[in-house]
Amino acid sequence: MALVMVVAFMGATVTGCKNKPKDADLKTAVETAIQANPKLTASGVTVEKGVATLSGQVPDEATKEELGKAAAAVPGVTSVVNNLTIAITNVEIAADSPLAIAVKDATKDFPTVTATVADGVVTLKGELQKANLQKLMMALNALKPKKVDNQLVIK
Amino acid sequence: MALQEKYKELIDAATAAGVNELNVREQDGVLYIDGATSGAVKQQLWDTYERLDPNYASGDVVMNINSVAGVVEGSKLKVTTNSSNLNIRKGPSTNDDIVGKAARHEVVTLVGKENDQWWLIKTDQGEQGYSFTQYLTPVE
Repeated sequence: MALVMVVAFMGATVTGCKNKPKDADLKTAVETAIQANPKLTASGVTVEKGVATLSGQVPDEATKEELGKAAAAVPGVTSVVNNLTIAITNVEIAADSPLAIAVKDATKDFPTVTATVADGVVTLKGELQKANLQKLMMALNALKPKKVDNQLVIK
Repeated sequence: MALQEKYKELIDAATAAGVNELNVREQDGVLYIDGATSGAVKQQLWDTYERLDPNYASGDVVMNINSVAGVVEGSKLKVTTNSSNLNIRKGPSTNDDIVGKAARHEVVTLVGKENDQWWLIKTDQGEQGYSFTQYLTPVE
């Protein structure tokens, strides 16, 4: 009796699947629906049991919502997992180390001096009036460098 | 220990002047001297250092003597740039926008200390923002 029920259930399941659009067909339909939008970059669509998952990058929240709705509107799609990400337009450049930034600030008033920072060592090149040297050294020594390699030509 | 010998006069001067939290140690060929004192003592120590190592050419000392630790909020500060105006910025870095300027030798007021490099100041005209402490000297 139990076996009959299982077989009957399986039969129903198989029949049910045949009536629904195949996931592969849905995938194509969803891709067609969303890729029409030129704002979408690097998209990816997967469909599993009618659930469409969207991935890729869009410029703004509005486009993300729009594409989510477009995917949901495809007949046969039961729900949409909208994993589209919003691209950050202002590329953030990694900041130099705090020491390098502080050294840049400290040497700003001495345009004839070129300072570079590597492994905590501040290297000074260029030239400087003797009268300004102590002031510059005081400022740089306060930045907790490993050492200050002074290669300045003192005028 | 060799560097402590070379700069013995400097270390002795710092000790004799009663520099607060004086910390002298040698590591990887560099002598580190830290402490806090008055502006006058700081100047004296730097002059001694410069005499022992003309033009600071050896690169074997890092001396961080803070002479502004005792400067409190509300203190008057003189703008001591070399020639230009002092930039007053929105935040504590040169990446922040300039929101005002203070003329050379203008006197401004300390509002707060962000860190040793950047202080929040206010001009008599009411401009407020961050400036680099290197160009601010307490009016004593």
